[in-house]
Amino acid sequence: MTFELSERVQTVPPSGIRRFFEIAEERDDVISLGVGEPDFSTPWAARDAAITSLEQGKTSYTANRGKRELREAIADYVADRFELGYDPEEEIIVTAGASEAVDLAFRAFVDPGDTVAIAQPSYISYEPGVIFAGGEVLSVPTTEEDEFRLTVEGLEQAGADEADMLVLCYPNNPTGAIMTEADLEPIAEFAREHDLMVLSDEIYAELTYDGNEHVSIASLEGMRERTIVFNGFSKAHAMTGLRLGYALGPAKAINAMNKIHQYTMLSAPTTAQHAALEALGSCENDVRDMVNEYDRRRQFVLSRFREIGMDVFEAKGAFYCFPEVPEGFTAEEFAEGVLREQGVAVVPGDVFGEGGEDHLRISYATGLDDLRKALARIEAFVEEHA
Amino acid sequence: MSEREVLELLRENARYSTADIARMTGLEESEVDDTIEELEAAGVVRGYQAVVDWDKLEDERVRAEVELNVTLDRETGYDDIAERLARFPQVKALRLVSGDYDFDMEVEGDSIREVSQFISEKVAPVPEITQTVTHYVMTSYKENGIELGDGEDDERLSFSP
Repeated sequence: MTFELSERVQTVPPSGIRRFFEIAEERDDVISLGVGEPDFSTPWAARDAAITSLEQGKTSYTANRGKRELREAIADYVADRFELGYDPEEEIIVTAGASEAVDLAFRAFVDPGDTVAIAQPSYISYEPGVIFAGGEVLSVPTTEEDEFRLTVEGLEQAGADEADMLVLCYPNNPTGAIMTEADLEPIAEFAREHDLMVLSDEIYAELTYDGNEHVSIASLEGMRERTIVFNGFSKAHAMTGLRLGYALGPAKAINAMNKIHQYTMLSAPTTAQHAALEALGSCENDVRDMVNEYDRRRQFVLSRFREIGMDVFEAKGAFYCFPEVPEGFTAEEFAEGVLREQGVAVVPGDVFGEGGEDHLRISYATGLDDLRKALARIEAFVEEHA
Repeated sequence: MSEREVLELLRENARYSTADIARMTGLEESEVDDTIEELEAAGVVRGYQAVVDWDKLEDERVRAEVELNVTLDRETGYDDIAERLARFPQVKALRLVSGDYDFDMEVEGDSIREVSQFISEKVAPVPEITQTVTHYVMTSYKENGIELGDGEDDERLSFSP
């Protein structure tokens, strides 16, 4: 039997970082700045709640949309933190990671031939997600000049006025860019004017620095009705492996997503839902401590890149910064060289789409000792080659 | 404000270099140096010590938590008793606490005999002290906010999106 792969699967190229995996395997002293997840463990109170739920035998399915209590806690949390008002009954769905929620949205709202505009560079799953759903991807590059914020100019240049949907991820993976309310207003106006649905991935919402508070595009006038917000527990609560996220949106949209979810996932992991409930209930200080720690590392890493002489814009969100490679290198060459010669793993920016060329995604979700060593190695590499 | 940030970092790891503290806080190195000097001069920062897991060493180290009950009179207050006890080098920590007893005292020595002798010969005879209860430390799990277990391995993949 030969498997006839579907066109959709064939269209999506293999992940651009696989090759680097193999090189990394060859060395045993690799320090990785290539990791897109927290180095902290889930706050103990949340882990403890998960353990207790297991001890109590709470291992059955939950309601498709997630435990009612958890949806209520999420509603309170997003109201309190981001001025978002959603009804736990019909406007919130709990999913296996925000990734599942994003996939549900593509499948629920994208028809073959629909165009989905994606602000790039961005998290690598949106493009395949659109293709799996049969849609067409329209890349909207952002630039270092604009500190990788999405602009109306960029949208117009890319022809996004013709698109059906716009995907945003701020605070941004991989650049660490954020969008303030003033930055979002014109984007919201563009979406209203051209009748675009907006998918806003806000998984890094808690991770903003320098006095910036995350603003959700859904909180802007006239946007709630056309926006799906994605968030979850992976980044802020260091719960990546527990796979728990959620989507917020108008009842009609969430009901449509739930239709797919109930047939494919049934319900998000029950143990993780117990952990999440506790995370929202009692882990505020843990989150604050982690954010403080990321902020110190952020400033440390930015300072070190400047000392090394590499251009880097002042990233103010997530746990990434996005320096430019020195002249004479492509991002790919630099990333491969510094991995082979110095044992430092970084991700070349082009993996994340247009606008990412000549940049590196540096994750500072790694302890300061390792950051210090890794930056010293990068410095040695630059001194030798640049 | 910079004072608070520098203090927090020193409490996390007193061996951070001035340059690294400057990088993490956005302060100038000279500002960091000045801040530390001020903290020391004002007596806010009283010293820097290593956090040791004695179980990892061959040398025995005996530690005890001692509960002390005292009786006060017109001439003698808590501070007077504390001052007298704190002068002994064997006393590593001394705190006035609420609850069933008055002072919580940490004592360290090379052997149980040495610590016991110290308590019976130097502490118990103090006229204001009416009772001592000594708890020898058997195993320590966490010291100064640092867990002494083997820790959790970093099981993350070296690349993830």
